[in-house]
Amino acid sequence: MPIVDLDALRREIDRTFEEFWSDRSPRVWRGAFLPGRAARQYPLVNLAEDEGNLYVEALAPGVDPKTLDLSVAQGMLTIKGEKPGLAQVSAEAYHRNERAAGRFVRTIELPAEVEGAKVHADYRNGLLLVTLPKSEKAKPKQIPVSVA
Amino acid sequence: MAEKTVPSVQSETAPTRREDTRAQERYITPPVDIFETKDGLTVVADLPGVEQKALDVRVADGILTIHGKTAHIAPGTPVEREFELLNFYRQFELPEELDSEKIAAELKHGVLSLRLPKKEKAKPRKIEVSVS
Repeated sequence: MPIVDLDALRREIDRTFEEFWSDRSPRVWRGAFLPGRAARQYPLVNLAEDEGNLYVEALAPGVDPKTLDLSVAQGMLTIKGEKPGLAQVSAEAYHRNERAAGRFVRTIELPAEVEGAKVHADYRNGLLLVTLPKSEKAKPKQIPVSVA
Repeated sequence: MAEKTVPSVQSETAPTRREDTRAQERYITPPVDIFETKDGLTVVADLPGVEQKALDVRVADGILTIHGKTAHIAPGTPVEREFELLNFYRQFELPEELDSEKIAAELKHGVLSLRLPKKEKAKPRKIEVSVS
């Protein structure tokens, strides 16, 4: 095989690997929300906003709410918590073991300035919803247009 | 190893399309843990975003079906999305020695726990040996 072909093959393999591991292949990972199963961020989050608030929705089923620890500092939201594993199940008793468990930390950059003191969070049906009120400066202001 | 595994009726690639329905919906196969206890089987499934009312667990013809409808809880307009909540669907064939009448289910923090007890006659019984 000529060297040129080998080189092309090598590049093709590199590209395939890069695509596979990059965050830009949601098709492969959609629906996957296991911590520790791969070098992936956990929990996965969705970010939404309206005029007054930012909303962070995190996919975290089975987390012990007492271990959840949220903090806001310098435009970053940090989510810490622990998903407890199943206690006292011996390895040979398992027929399937697909859910993973463990401690996690994730830091999310916020696109707007928020009032740290007024942030509140809600854990419901395995989804964590963090509501972050925007600071006065970050809120959109309506500019009146005068007609001459 | 093969005979210890509960066969899954559905392929495990997610998301998947249900074949026995005309609904144009797409589904996620939820990850599960299945383990044996002294009295039966326990099935634990991660179903984030599923409310108790939106969850349908049933056993028919020896097949356990878990079907959950999900709903996002965040208001507002999306800025960045890392996950999408699709409905959950998964089926398992149950071994015959389980008592499908006595299945207990609990949903807590988006995790479903099912306890499937063995039938009385399938339980190991200790036989007393009398010494004469």
